[in-house]
Amino acid sequence: MISSGDTAWILISSALVMLMTPGLALFYGGMVRRKNVLSTMMMSFILLGVIGVVWALYGYSLGFGPDLGGFVGKLDWIGLMGVGQDPSGVYASTVPHLAFMVFQAMFAVITVALWTGGVVERTRFSGFLVLAVLWLTVVYCPIAHWVWGQGGWLARLGALDFAGGTVVHVNAGMSALALAFLLGPRRGFKNGEPMEPHNIPMVVLGAGLLWFGWFGFNAGSALTSGGLASSAFVATTISAAAAAVAWMLLGWYYRRPSSLGVATGVVAGLVAITPAAGFVHPIAAIPIGAVASVVCHYCMLLRTNRRVDESLDVWAVHGMGGVWGAVATGLFATTAVNANGANGLFFGNPMLLVKQVAAIAVVAAFAFGATWVLGKLVDMTIGLRVDEREEVVGLDVSQHGERAYGGLSS
Amino acid sequence: MKKIEAIIRPEKLEAVQKGLAEYAILGMTVSEVSGRGRQHGIILQWRAGEYRVELLPKLKIEMVVLDEDVAPALNVIVSSARTGGRGDGKVFVSPIENAVRIRTGDEGANAI
Repeated sequence: MISSGDTAWILISSALVMLMTPGLALFYGGMVRRKNVLSTMMMSFILLGVIGVVWALYGYSLGFGPDLGGFVGKLDWIGLMGVGQDPSGVYASTVPHLAFMVFQAMFAVITVALWTGGVVERTRFSGFLVLAVLWLTVVYCPIAHWVWGQGGWLARLGALDFAGGTVVHVNAGMSALALAFLLGPRRGFKNGEPMEPHNIPMVVLGAGLLWFGWFGFNAGSALTSGGLASSAFVATTISAAAAAVAWMLLGWYYRRPSSLGVATGVVAGLVAITPAAGFVHPIAAIPIGAVASVVCHYCMLLRTNRRVDESLDVWAVHGMGGVWGAVATGLFATTAVNANGANGLFFGNPMLLVKQVAAIAVVAAFAFGATWVLGKLVDMTIGLRVDEREEVVGLDVSQHGERAYGGLSS
Repeated sequence: MKKIEAIIRPEKLEAVQKGLAEYAILGMTVSEVSGRGRQHGIILQWRAGEYRVELLPKLKIEMVVLDEDVAPALNVIVSSARTGGRGDGKVFVSPIENAVRIRTGDEGANAI
């Protein structure tokens, strides 16, 4: 039975999540040097095209189609066959199947876009596109099925992930780390050449758009438009707020309260509340968000001190922020908020925490390993890294034949 | 004819411009430049790390003046751009062979 309110909310949420990808493009684009800003933004923006097509052709069916052994969806819904205006009968019983499908499409797009932050300023565009499609097929669709698909084995285990703490963020963070190890650092990184962010206002605007879009991401994941969506919505904004304040204070303690730090903190808070949003009381979002900033800040320090060029800290913010969020779900979850959830450790059920940690470990290990292998395959065939000259000139000119800020004459 | 190139603190441009205008020295070209002299760079932060910026933003004023205007121009620039701290900048003076006003084709002193 279709509910017009639920359907309206899911369609709007899909549009909100869609906006996160250009938001992420701004967020990442401002953090790179000016010769690579278009390349960095393209690696996010083009995915609305490439993944949008692949998702409709077979990605959705592979992730959410009828269960095959708990590991992957069958291809019954290939080319959107049988995905129509009626509810699917499996997911989101009050909205058209097409609306649920397109909501999930936007998640797939942004998850691929997220890990590009680890390998900006040195990735060959052609190899990247092939890797993006392979990665969606081999890494994203199976993990989405395990956690969210009907019959997925992690879902049956009882691990909770409201809007993608493991599927999206742990997954993207570990994948970014694997690819950063595989590709190696940017030229000049080891000599301490400054890789100065060229436009921090872009980063702040991008973080703002991400915050806005995240309401669709988290509150939309209620798949209804009532109380649960409202609870997730409030938890989302409170977590981002607490994380912004916490990161500002941390930055102030060491140096000055930086705008780039606050923008980063906002994202860390949004990441951490993602798996928890619809399972915890909204006030629990304050500790969840604040601790997220602390965890991500020190992971970033660790990454910097180890001199690993995981360039835009996808591992530290999304990977480890996602780990903290999934753990926090195991602590703060309560069936008083969501009867379909479970109680966490603080509500007398330590088993949920165990399941959460198991889900994190499985997703992290699979994402890291499978992504490394796929990256290696692409690197050995097409090539995943530009040559020295292309990198020195900048990827905007060498990969795209454009420059971001051109022209002396008017 | 002499060319005066003055590297100054960006915030001093207005004072220099006003001072020169009192001597009817109006023509100039100003560009944003980065550079360093004896002033130390500054430390900026980048997420969990920090980096040093050695080259600081300055403005460069270029103008070509008649020989008799050099002394008052230098005087004005130095007195109005000075703070007394490191990083106040420098002024260079060099001879100019010729000048042409594009609109009229006037040459030499007439072009200034």
